[in-house]
Amino acid sequence: MSHATAAAEFVADVDRARWHDRALWFVRSKRDKCAQQLPEWEALRERASLVKQHTASRMAEYLEEFERNAVALGAVVHWARDAAEHNAIVYGLLKERGIQRVVKSKSMLTEECGLNPLLESKGLEVVDTDLGEWIVQLRHEHPSHIVMPAIHVKKQEVGELFHEKLGTTAGSTDEKYLVGAARAELRSKFLAGTAGITGVNFAIAETGGFVVCTNEGNADLGASLPALHIASMGIEKLIPRMADLGVFLRLLARSATGQPITTYSSHFHGPKPGGELHIVLVDNGRSKLLANEELRRSLNCIRCGACMNTCPVYRRSGGHSYGVTVPGPIGSVLYPARDMQAHKSLPDACSLCGSCTDVCPVKIPLHHQLLAWRKTLVKAKVTPWHMRAAMSVVGGVMARPWLFRLGGKLGRFALRWSPRWLTYNGLNPWGAQREMPPAAKQTFSKLYDDGIGHGSARMDGIDKDQNKLD
Amino acid sequence: MRVGLFIPCYIDQCYPQVGLATLQVLRRCGVEPEYPREQTCCGQPMANSGCVEAAKPVARHFAETFAAYDYVVGPSGSCVSMIRNHYDDLLDDAAEQQRLAGKTFELCEFLVDVLKIDRIEGRFPHRVGLHQSCHGLRELGLARQSELGPTATPQVNKVRTLLQSLEGITLVDLARTDECCGFGGTFAVKEAAVSCLMGRDRIADHQQAGAEVMTAGDMSCLMHLEGLIKRDGAPLRVMHVAEILAGNQP
Ligand code: SF4
Repeated sequence: MSHATAAAEFVADVDRARWHDRALWFVRSKRDKCAQQLPEWEALRERASLVKQHTASRMAEYLEEFERNAVALGAVVHWARDAAEHNAIVYGLLKERGIQRVVKSKSMLTEECGLNPLLESKGLEVVDTDLGEWIVQLRHEHPSHIVMPAIHVKKQEVGELFHEKLGTTAGSTDEKYLVGAARAELRSKFLAGTAGITGVNFAIAETGGFVVCTNEGNADLGASLPALHIASMGIEKLIPRMADLGVFLRLLARSATGQPITTYSSHFHGPKPGGELHIVLVDNGRSKLLANEELRRSLNCIRCGACMNTCPVYRRSGGHSYGVTVPGPIGSVLYPARDMQAHKSLPDACSLCGSCTDVCPVKIPLHHQLLAWRKTLVKAKVTPWHMRAAMSVVGGVMARPWLFRLGGKLGRFALRWSPRWLTYNGLNPWGAQREMPPAAKQTFSKLYDDGIGHGSARMDGIDKDQNKLD
Repeated sequence: MRVGLFIPCYIDQCYPQVGLATLQVLRRCGVEPEYPREQTCCGQPMANSGCVEAAKPVARHFAETFAAYDYVVGPSGSCVSMIRNHYDDLLDDAAEQQRLAGKTFELCEFLVDVLKIDRIEGRFPHRVGLHQSCHGLRELGLARQSELGPTATPQVNKVRTLLQSLEGITLVDLARTDECCGFGGTFAVKEAAVSCLMGRDRIADHQQAGAEVMTAGDMSCLMHLEGLIKRDGAPLRVMHVAEILAGNQP
């Protein structure tokens, strides 16, 4: 389904779409306050962007450095070319140890790789311990946002869900009560879990350690209670030095939720005493982006979700309308690189307002990249032929002044004298909810030729006349 | 100083009063622009759809039409940004592209940055909501975007400065100062459902702030918003900034 079709379905429930818009705008406003408080905000963004670009330019070296140092700390490092390899490695580790229960925390990458369905098909129990992710898991849905996975779910709906699944009081929407119930249930899962899988927010080449940021502390529990900790990490999560970390930690939480810093920034340096730590480094299309000069900077992404919160299209169409794990502006940049045909509508799910570019803490020129995708899709003839043909015709007309004038004359004539049913019908998506622009009696160029506009009195007369037309 | 007046295609065809107002504002500010008759369009619809090849001859035609002028001035942030920021793909001659980019200005930007004018004589005793069109805001930097840090440039809002100088005007405070209206060129048609909701939300913000007139530096945003206002029968008028500065009344 194209984004436009899915979005239209979401928007059809106007109240819900507006509620969703307001919820995300609230988060964006909190972010704005944070950014406004730091005089060095723009300098931080610049710094972060440079560090990421530098890392990308020496990706192989830094990855090897990271591997060396991580191994020295006692971790086992695995390399996965794609999602299938990643899943096979993780499943292999669990199977070898006869593990049946897994607690997961904070990993959009395992979502990207489709790890849950694979493990479940092998009979394992997987619990997403992030509250939002757990809610969508219980609803048999995918996250609709990378930082707030259940932002599309209303409080009442959570109450109903918990009533059904956990036996909480029917009709309760009391947050404290519901969170308490979830906490008790998740605690038991943590204690029963025999392996913990986490994501990675930042991996440090210099030390071989990595950092996971959560607000609920669930990564700490998931990684500390069981003996086996598996950390799945996209190769772009790397930064060179410990000294760079502060820049990103300052930007991440402020951009994501408007907090100065996430509640827990958990550092992992090697396995816990008596335990095992496995780090899976995943490519899954990332080196292809690295090789693409135009899109390389999309690897800067620290998955803060700010571009989603600010995107007026995302806010009103919901994350599921994108049909991918990472929705919103950054998702619309990343997914066509995997499969142009399947995701061809995503670069069009954008009014080119550019707010995403301005909000992005690592300065990915998102709206420029979306524009670049549109060009690529046209060049590859993935864009429907009638769109391309129509633009060629308009281009042909606009390159010839006489044709432009003739076309304009005919168009204005048609618009003025056509009966309403001819202008407003199923074939005119503009007119379905909007009136057409006025067809002026005279064009500006004709008025200019007639010498109108010399002297304000005469011009005022014309203005009134023109205003009468609409 | 030879100034070429650039009137975007749809303003020429649908909103001649905006072209006339632009002409009049420039004349009042002591500039006598020429209107090259051969001009058509900046190529934005094609370029924004990704149809580079279709946009190229249009950009070429534009560059030739305005080659002889010291400045090109137009009442549209979006079209000006097209020429300034997106012609590198379309014109083969990089030097020509840079020359054109360097001399092309949006109307308010030209008044403030080139002519150094920050006051306009006139009266507009109405409550006005300023819709900051995205391309003028973010790609030309007519004001500081709400997303940026406190020390980012620019610190002044060029359009607001000029409007504020009019006698009797009240610029109302919007809840979302620079949210997109949802026009976005072909976006308005391809994603009509989201586009119209965005527009309606924009209009509601202006109404809640008590605006009688909604203004913007881009007639294209206003075309979309006016289409919704008329369909819904909302008690709000749209006027291009140039019209207000020229002394037109609602
Ligand atoms: S693209 Fe930028 S704003 Fe969007 S999630 Fe990534 S880092 Fe955040």
